[in-house]
Amino acid sequence: MTHSKHITIDGQTVPFEDGQTIMDAATHAGVYIPHLCHHPDFTPHGSCKLCTVDVNGRQVSSCTFPAADGQQIGNNTDELNAERKRLTQMLFVEGNHFCPSCEKSGNCQLQAVGYHLNMLDNHYPHFFALREVDASHPDVLIDHNRCIFCALCVRASHAEDKDVFGIVGRGINKHLAINSESGKLCDSELSVDDRAAHICPTGAILVKGTAFKVPIGQRKFDHHDIDEVSLGEEHGK
Amino acid sequence: MESFIKHTLEKYEHQATQLLMILRDIQAQYFHIPRQAIDLLVAELNIPKTQILGVIEFYSFLSSEPRGRYDIYISDSITDQMLGSHAMADYLCEKLNTPLGTVRVDGLVSIAYTSCTGLCEQGPAVLVNGYPIGQMTKARIDEIAALIEQQIPVTEWKAELLQVNDNIYKKDLLLSGHIRPGAALWATIEGSKEKILEEIKLSGLRGRGGAGFSTGMKWQFCCEAQETERYVVCNADEGEPGTFKDRILLNSYAHDLLEGMAVAGFIIGAKKGFIYLRGEYLHLYQPLVDIIAERKRDKFLGEHILGFYWEFNVEVRLGLGAYICGEESALIESLEGKMGVPRNRPPFPVTSGYLNKPTIVNNVETFVAAAHIALNGGEWFKQHGTEKSAGTKILSISGDCARPGIYEYPFGTTVRQILADCGAEDVLGIQVGGPSGTFISNQEFDRKIAFEDLATGGSFIIFNNSRDIFAVVQNFTHFFAHESCGFCTPCRVGTSLMKNQFDKICTGHGSSGDVRELQEIAKLIKATSHCGLGQTAAQPILTTLERYPELYNAKLKQISFEPGFDLDGSLAIARLLSGRDDSNAHLAQVEEE
Ligand SMILES: Cc1cc2nc3c(=O)[nH]c(=O)nc-3n(C[C@H](O)[C@H](O)[C@H](O)COP(=O)(O)O)c2cc1C
Ligand code: SF4
Ligand code: SF4
Ligand code: FES
Repeated sequence: MTHSKHITIDGQTVPFEDGQTIMDAATHAGVYIPHLCHHPDFTPHGSCKLCTVDVNGRQVSSCTFPAADGQQIGNNTDELNAERKRLTQMLFVEGNHFCPSCEKSGNCQLQAVGYHLNMLDNHYPHFFALREVDASHPDVLIDHNRCIFCALCVRASHAEDKDVFGIVGRGINKHLAINSESGKLCDSELSVDDRAAHICPTGAILVKGTAFKVPIGQRKFDHHDIDEVSLGEEHGK
Repeated sequence: MESFIKHTLEKYEHQATQLLMILRDIQAQYFHIPRQAIDLLVAELNIPKTQILGVIEFYSFLSSEPRGRYDIYISDSITDQMLGSHAMADYLCEKLNTPLGTVRVDGLVSIAYTSCTGLCEQGPAVLVNGYPIGQMTKARIDEIAALIEQQIPVTEWKAELLQVNDNIYKKDLLLSGHIRPGAALWATIEGSKEKILEEIKLSGLRGRGGAGFSTGMKWQFCCEAQETERYVVCNADEGEPGTFKDRILLNSYAHDLLEGMAVAGFIIGAKKGFIYLRGEYLHLYQPLVDIIAERKRDKFLGEHILGFYWEFNVEVRLGLGAYICGEESALIESLEGKMGVPRNRPPFPVTSGYLNKPTIVNNVETFVAAAHIALNGGEWFKQHGTEKSAGTKILSISGDCARPGIYEYPFGTTVRQILADCGAEDVLGIQVGGPSGTFISNQEFDRKIAFEDLATGGSFIIFNNSRDIFAVVQNFTHFFAHESCGFCTPCRVGTSLMKNQFDKICTGHGSSGDVRELQEIAKLIKATSHCGLGQTAAQPILTTLERYPELYNAKLKQISFEPGFDLDGSLAIARLLSGRDDSNAHLAQVEEE
C-alpha cells in the first residue's frame, strides 16, 4: 500500500488515508495518544478530551478530528500531558473512585491513564456525588460511582440493537440510565454475552463472579503501561 | 390520561422529532411528565425510554416530579439582580407562602430561579406558566398573588400585566422600516439563485449570532452539498444573558424575518424551514404561527410562493430552557427531539444538519438583514459599517443607564457614543457580548462595536461604580455551570470546579495559590472544551482577572494569615454526610471581632 499523504506527530512522519482521524492514523503508526472514550470499533464520541492534541497551534480531539495532509501535531508534550492529567483528575473527583477496594483495579483504563500521566493525587476537591449500585442483574453489576460517561456501553449496546444504556440529564447531574420499565438492569435486555457488558473502561460495569479471578498484582496494568497495552490490543498482539 | 396523550400524539403526527413539543403539552397539562405518559410515548413513538428520560432531565422546563399549577420561574440574570430581583423573590415567596425552590403543599404554586429570560431592560422578570411578566414591583406581586390564589388562568390575566414592550430607541438599516410583504421575494425570483447569492456575498454580511461567519459562504457551502433535501433553520434561542434584540425582531419584524428565510430557502433549495424559539418566548409563539398562516394565505409562503412553483414552509418549534440549544448543532439535536448535546464537527450542519441533511442555521437578525440585501443589493449594505464588518448591529442595552432598550448602530460605533446615547454615567465597566463575551473597563470607551474589535451577538450590559465586579462574575460563572450540557469532561466537571473555586475566593477563603489555581482551571476549560459554551465559560473570570488582578488579590489579602487549611471547607464533607447546612454547621476562618 502506498501512502501519499502524511501528518507529523511530535516530529514523526505518520501516513494516513482519507477518512481517518488523527487517532486512527496515530494508532496505525504505533503512536499512543491517551484516550478513554475512544474505542476503534465504535463511532468516536469525543467527550473525555484526553486525546486532545495540538494541531497547527489549535487544540482538538484527535479521536474525532480528521487527519489532513501536512498537519503539524503535538502529542506527547509536557503541556498536553499536564492538561490530560488535570482532566483525568477531574474524572476522579467527579465520581467516587476508591481504587484499592475496586474489583477493576489493575485492569482499569482510568487508573492506568492516571499512572501513565504520573498522577499522584486527585488535586481537586471531591464532589462526593451520591450514586447508586445496581446489583439486580444476575450476571452484571453497575456501580454508578465509577461511571465517567464515556458512552462506550451506550454505543456498544446500540450497535447490538438493544439500547440498554443511555446517558441522561444535564451538566454535572448527568448519569447513566437503564432502558427498562423499572430502570433496573435486571429488567433490561442486557445479557452477559453482550459486548456492552464488557466494554466499560472503568469498574462501573462488572461481570459478576469474575472480579478476583486474576489476583491484584498480576493484572494488565500492574506490569504494563497503558500505551503498550492499548497499541498491542489494537495491533492484535 | 391515555386519551390526552393519544390526542397530543395525533396533533404532532406521531413524530419522534416533535418530542419536545409533545412533552411541553404534557407538562402543561399535568404539571410534570407522569411515568405512565413516558411508557405510552415509548410504545407510540418507538424510541428508547432513555431518550425520553434524557430529554426530561435535560431541559429546565420539564420535570418528572409535579410542579405547581402556577409554576413560577424568576429570571436570575445579573440585570434582574441589579433591578432588585432577589428582594422581589423574597417578597413573592413570602406572599405566596412558598419557599424558593419548592412546591407549595397544596400543589398550587411552585417557585424557582431560572437563567436570563430576555426581559433584561424591563426586569425584574418572572415567567408564570411560561408567560413573561416584567417590571415586577411589590404592587404587581400583590396583584399576581391574588390572581393565583383565585386560580384565574394566566391567559385571562389582564393584558397590561403580560405586556412586553419593544423599547426601541435607535433605528437604522433594519429597524427603520418594514419590507413591503413580498418585495424581497419578488426581487429574489426576478434574479437567479446565483445572482442573489452573489449579492449576499458582496454585502459582506456576517452572522449576527455571535460567531460572525460569512453568511454568503455558509449558504454557498450548503448549495454545494450533495444531498438535495435541505433545511433552513432560524436560531431564535437567544439565550445569551443580556440579549433580547431577537425578541423585538420576532415581535415586530416577523414578516421581514420570514421573507429572509424564504430567500435563503430559494438560494439553497430548501422547502422547509424552522424557527427554533426559546421557551422563554412562549408569548411570541402563537403570533408567529398566525403570521405564518397569514403569509401562506397571501402566497408569501407555502407551495406556490407568489404563484410560482416555489415551495417553502416554516414551522415554529419551542425550546424548553437550555442555553446550549443556541449552539447550532445542539439546536439541531433538539429539533430532532433529543437532548441538546453539540455534535462533533466536521461534518458541519451545511453538509449534515437536521436529519443529517444539509442545513443552514442562522440568527434571526441575519435573516432580516438578508431580506433587506435581497431587496436593496449587496452594495447598499456594504456602504454601512466598517470594511470587515458590513452593515449595522442591533444592540440590547441593559443595566445601569437611563434608557435601556434596543439600539441599532452601524458597525464601528464607539462604546463612548453608545453610552452617551443610552444615558450611562459613572460607568465601571461593560459586559459586551454577554457572559461569553468580554468585560471591558472604563479605560476602553474608544473601542468599537465590530468583529475586528468588540464582537457581540448584541448583549451590552452596563455596570456603574456602585456595582461589585465579583457579584457579576459570580452570576455569570454560576450560569455556565448550570447550563453546561455535561457532554465533555472539562466543561461538565471544570465549570463546577471553577464555580466552587471562585466562590471560595469571593467569600474570603482563598489563600495565595487560589487565584493561580482558578486561572489554571479557567484556561484548561477554555482550551479543551468541546463547544463554544465551554470555550467561553471562563471569559468572565479571565477578562476581569486580566483587568483587575489587584481586586482578586485584595480578596485574598483580607485574611491576615495564610491558613494551612480551610477550616470551614474541611467541614464540607461532614455537612454533606449529615445533610446539614445551617449556620452552626459552618466555622469562620477568622474569629469574629
Ligand atoms: C453556547 C452557545 C449558545 C449560542 N446561542 C446562540 C443564540 O442564542 N442565537 C444565535 O443566533 N446563535 C447562538 N450561538 C451561535 C450559533 O452556534 C451559530 O453560530 C449561529 O446561530 C449561526 O448563525 P449566524 O451565522 O447567523 O450568526 C450560540 C453558540 C454557542 C456556542
Ligand atoms: S458505565 Fe462504563 S462504559 Fe458506560 S458510560 Fe459509564 S464508564 Fe462508560
Ligand atoms: S463544552 Fe460544555 S456545553 Fe459544550 S459540549 Fe462540552 S459540556 Fe457540553
Ligand atoms: S478519546 Fe477523544 S475525546 Fe475521549
